[in-house]
Amino acid sequence: MTNALTALAALGDPTRQAIVERLAERPHAVGALASRLPVSRPAVSQHLRVLKEAGLVEETRSGTRRIYRLDPRGIGAMRDWLDAHWDRALAAFRDFVETPPGEPSE
Amino acid sequence: MTIAPVVKTLSVRADPARAFEAFTANMAAWWPKGHTIGATPFETVVLEPRVGGRWFERAADGAETNWGKVLAWDPPRGFTLAWQISAGWTYDPNLLTEVELTFAGQPDGTTQVTLEHRHLERFGASAAAMAEQFDGGWVGVIQNFVDYVQS
Repeated sequence: MTNALTALAALGDPTRQAIVERLAERPHAVGALASRLPVSRPAVSQHLRVLKEAGLVEETRSGTRRIYRLDPRGIGAMRDWLDAHWDRALAAFRDFVETPPGEPSE
Repeated sequence: MTIAPVVKTLSVRADPARAFEAFTANMAAWWPKGHTIGATPFETVVLEPRVGGRWFERAADGAETNWGKVLAWDPPRGFTLAWQISAGWTYDPNLLTEVELTFAGQPDGTTQVTLEHRHLERFGASAAAMAEQFDGGWVGVIQNFVDYVQS
């Protein structure tokens, strides 16, 4: 249970919950996360380190940037992401197809 | 290890031909902007309208990032795509999950659109092996949490 308890403890912080929520939408760089949260960039980095150690988040490098995403080892997380993705995509599709031609969409 | 497919149905106020065309001809017009795996945001999403056609995003600088390919093409009844984006958020030509769309015309002139994203267990060839290193509880925790944050 060590890993589960570590993960739960990591999620006991509201800022870290907010970070995971945003990473559930899609991968982010640190700067992009910080710009959407009311905390400093160094603070975001610190929270990401805790989440990474808890196995909830992983990082990859894209050039000089580090990109953070939910750790896909819980395959259920991937399915949940797809489930939410298709809900959002199909809702956007319906808005698009039901907009009469020539009428500006949002 | 099997994973239940993701199945979605929705009704749209358009006939099947128009719904099919709207879905496939210019996906960038409605595909959520953040849902991208390219290095930079996509400008277009291209679905080549034939079996074997490519499915990819193209950025403003012309860089193309593959998402998958067309497995079946039967307008306006439906089509099937290979979704080849791995759990690591990169294109993986060795991964093949299927996304099937069907467009069924209704008597009232609307179309019932059904989406099935299946063979999700194929994401787990590596993920399942890695998950076994954790307790069963760990997967449950992340699952519940993602459910929570997305509800």
